[in-house]
Amino acid sequence: MNVQLATTELPPAAPAEDITAVKTYAAPRSLAEAVALLRAGNVTILAGSTDLMPQSKTGRARFQPVLMNIRRIPELCGIDEADGCVRFGALTTMTELLDSAMVKTRFNALWQSADHFASNQLRNAATIGGNICNASPAGDTLVPLLVFNARVVLASEVNGAVTTRKLPLAEFLVGPGRTQRRPTELLTAVDLPLPPDNFVSEFYKFGTRPALDIATIAIGLGAVCDGDRLGDVRIAFGAVAPTPIRAPQTEAALDGKPLPAAIEAALTAAEADIHPISDIRASAWYRRELVRNILRRMLEHVGKH
Amino acid sequence: MSANIDIAFKLNGINVTTKVSPSMSALEMLRDELQLTGSKYGCGEGECGACTINVDGLSINSCLMFAADCDGREIVTIEGLASDPHTEALKRSFVAYGAVQCGFCTPGIVMQARHLLTKTEHPTPEQIRRGLEGNLCRCTGYKKIIEAIAEAGATST
Repeated sequence: MNVQLATTELPPAAPAEDITAVKTYAAPRSLAEAVALLRAGNVTILAGSTDLMPQSKTGRARFQPVLMNIRRIPELCGIDEADGCVRFGALTTMTELLDSAMVKTRFNALWQSADHFASNQLRNAATIGGNICNASPAGDTLVPLLVFNARVVLASEVNGAVTTRKLPLAEFLVGPGRTQRRPTELLTAVDLPLPPDNFVSEFYKFGTRPALDIATIAIGLGAVCDGDRLGDVRIAFGAVAPTPIRAPQTEAALDGKPLPAAIEAALTAAEADIHPISDIRASAWYRRELVRNILRRMLEHVGKH
Repeated sequence: MSANIDIAFKLNGINVTTKVSPSMSALEMLRDELQLTGSKYGCGEGECGACTINVDGLSINSCLMFAADCDGREIVTIEGLASDPHTEALKRSFVAYGAVQCGFCTPGIVMQARHLLTKTEHPTPEQIRRGLEGNLCRCTGYKKIIEAIAEAGATST
């Protein structure tokens, strides 16, 4: 049997490069200062450090000569709503997501993913920007962020001024540990368009214990419930492909169709949407079974609580 | 790399300044540079909670925090709880309930319990279990720890 190891995490590390390669430490206090440093090049970005520190100790992370701590930059903090869109600063921690009544009401699946995230100590440090840039196929918040059509905001310095571009999260994530962030760019925020008022969303993470576990599979489901039919159906899966993914065929099998009749077709469609592998956490077969059974359970209960 | 980053922060109520290297964790700084060995190195990856400290009012795994990031912060370690009146009930109940066996996890668990009681004054056993999800104990089976924290929550003012 061909078993690949640890493929839901970052790719196997390049030969351990000692963190002593770090020549300079910087803790900029403004976005302008930070992007100027990035422009000069060779920077490793430090935020919550809950992934960076273990990766550095095991040699998974290759350190650049400049270690830049972005935690003192006020522009990267806070949750703000404007023009039908909620902007989460990159430094928003999991604890801040959990403490937000707005997040719980309007972005329930995201709130649930923060609730299932690691442990209290880690939630107090880990940031949403870090979870995105770490780009784990099993990243907890990535699945609900895909459901909510998240766009990432990337800042860089062009001709001496701070310039930003926005990218859908689905495009930003390229592969395990790989994103479209250029070395001169800083992810400053993630934007979520407010879903319709009657939009319901759920997140389910399957692991071997409730806390401190990496998802074997994760499912995000969002929809507007209209009688026995679902509209605006959005489904995302984690840990069943090189990145967390939206599931277009599953969504099409459900959109506007009566439940529970449409469930079987959706489960068949989900089989085609996912591409799980066997690794240290589970076999591909087991992941397929989990997706099938848990998605069925979620669809049977959607909008009923 | 040599210790070349100057940092200043408040540690257990006292202003301190020190030099750290970029690779150093907050835990290594506390134990090896500042000789505060109450916080323990367990797993080094945030799974066990033996290194739990409080940073600006929040529980953090100090093994996952860069020492340089301590600059400008207020840090409390288990040593700082020795003179903390709000930890008295917790200390008494840990002894009364025999919630300590080998003791290696105890500083981290007391730090986390103290944080939990700050957030939730009278926690239920379920809230205590959830609050301790980031702390491992390989001796006690947790029962006496949970009882001790529940008692401290019931009696603390």
